[in-house]
Amino acid sequence: MAEELDTDFWERDFVKTEEPKEYNTLNVGPTHPATHGVFQNVMLMDGEFIVSTEQTIGYIHRAFEKIAERRPFYQVTPLTDRLNYCSSPLNNMGWHMTVEKLLGIETPKRVDYLRIIVMELARIADHLICNSVIGVDSGALTGFTYIFQDREFIYEIYEEICGARLTTNMGRIGGFERNFSAKAWDKIRHFLKTFPAKLKEFETLLVRNRIFMDRTINVGAFPADRALAYGFTGPNLRACGIDYDVRAMNPYCSYDEFEFIIPVGQNGDTYDRFMVRQEEMKQSLHIIEQAIAKLDAMEDKETYFAKDPRFVLPPKEKVYNNMEALIWHFKIVMGETDIPAGEVYHSIEAANGELGFYLVSDGGRTASRLHFRRPCFIYYQAYPEMVKGAMLSDAILTMSSMNVIAGELDA
Amino acid sequence: MYQINSERNQLVVTKLTNQFTEAIESNEIMADMLCISIKKEAILQALLFLRDDNELQFNFLTTLCGMHYPEQQQLGLVYHLHSFRNNHRIRIKTTTDINDPTFPSSTALWPAANWMEREAFDFFGILFSDHPNLKRILNVEEMKDFPLRKDFPLEDQTREDKDDRMFGR
Repeated sequence: MAEELDTDFWERDFVKTEEPKEYNTLNVGPTHPATHGVFQNVMLMDGEFIVSTEQTIGYIHRAFEKIAERRPFYQVTPLTDRLNYCSSPLNNMGWHMTVEKLLGIETPKRVDYLRIIVMELARIADHLICNSVIGVDSGALTGFTYIFQDREFIYEIYEEICGARLTTNMGRIGGFERNFSAKAWDKIRHFLKTFPAKLKEFETLLVRNRIFMDRTINVGAFPADRALAYGFTGPNLRACGIDYDVRAMNPYCSYDEFEFIIPVGQNGDTYDRFMVRQEEMKQSLHIIEQAIAKLDAMEDKETYFAKDPRFVLPPKEKVYNNMEALIWHFKIVMGETDIPAGEVYHSIEAANGELGFYLVSDGGRTASRLHFRRPCFIYYQAYPEMVKGAMLSDAILTMSSMNVIAGELDA
Repeated sequence: MYQINSERNQLVVTKLTNQFTEAIESNEIMADMLCISIKKEAILQALLFLRDDNELQFNFLTTLCGMHYPEQQQLGLVYHLHSFRNNHRIRIKTTTDINDPTFPSSTALWPAANWMEREAFDFFGILFSDHPNLKRILNVEEMKDFPLRKDFPLEDQTREDKDDRMFGR
């Protein structure tokens, strides 16, 4: 005789009798391929979903603000290299311009245009890394491997200009250490000729790719008002629909003479951040073309430094044969140049936002206080709010699309 | 070299002086930016006023950093505010005695202030009342000193053969 079937079984409410939920703690970082840098996220997970996040940062804190109080101004430039190391020349130029503002040095137009070429190349290099890494984190390694050739080529251009590649220490207070070589110009022109097609190729891999769109659209969306309250700047803010760009708002380095569009997004999601960077690269190319056209129209091909001898090293023949030149050489190298007392704040549009330098001088040989406004440090605090309730895999995409660079985060 | 928007600067000074009278200690133009010193007691109300006033609209906290003035035995804070609507930047300063290093927290006004205030606490030992999570941010939790204060030596503190005066300042 068959046992009677337990018909009640189907009626029972299993959900209600379930035990209380158990959360897991997950460490993303400090050394984790997803963070692309040394910082930690302690995530409280409900299965695949994030309940809350807490960040721990400071793993590569190098006390730049303290060191800068003991170094002559020109020795601070290598410190700025190591903030956002994906676009060192931008930081270098920002620092030089800050000091020039304090000293009242007016740079010639030619220097401004040369700087703009370098800064826009650095912006392209930085955006290339960020955008290709968004691809990697969503599972598309191809674009990353291809586009790194062009980033490499930009580094070769740096090499022709200043001799270094990653931490460039490029330029001097007042201009550049030397004029751009013929080879550097060849490379810049070659880059302008070949890069647009490669960028297009990269774009076609991702922009209308169904998988990429599904992974990024409406992922990590952040409303504009919250982004403003959290101090977002740069592409992350523009992706939310606010057209704030320091280059246009407070033009420095003759940016007011240039025509460019400030791309904005709508939803502030990962896809918008990607697209804003993508369009910014095209605008950067456009700016470089304009700068080259302006330089070509100039008769002067030799000026690469301001007419202010306080920070330019005299030519070697003069140093060896002329007493005053030798004295100036030593004064500059030993950091004994007279600095006026005062305070300046100068900001530039770096690759991931407004990079500001607040420099206080008491007339001594070094800064009495130097504060860096590091865009990453300020906007990364919004991350827990951005990923709350999101899936872990989406949170990782959100993080890479925010372009958090550990060097800048930790100073 | 740079432009100074004296009209808007004047407006800020007039409005703040009308509202807070003696709490405004001084104002001056430093390079291209208006710099206003405000007494600690009124700082939070002044920031709120600057943010919410219809004409001023300093909606964006650009940066916030700590300061140490060893001669005056004071600690200070420097706020850089930015009005996107008017494209106007100002600098607000406030100080306190080093033995009473507490300021009101501005995290309620701008969430962005959270980490910047933690940084000021970490490096200068400035305390913030009503801060949601005031603990060290870049240095290790066990650290006892406040490294950006001027009396903290940059070189190894255990060494006696190195005189700081010979290295830099």
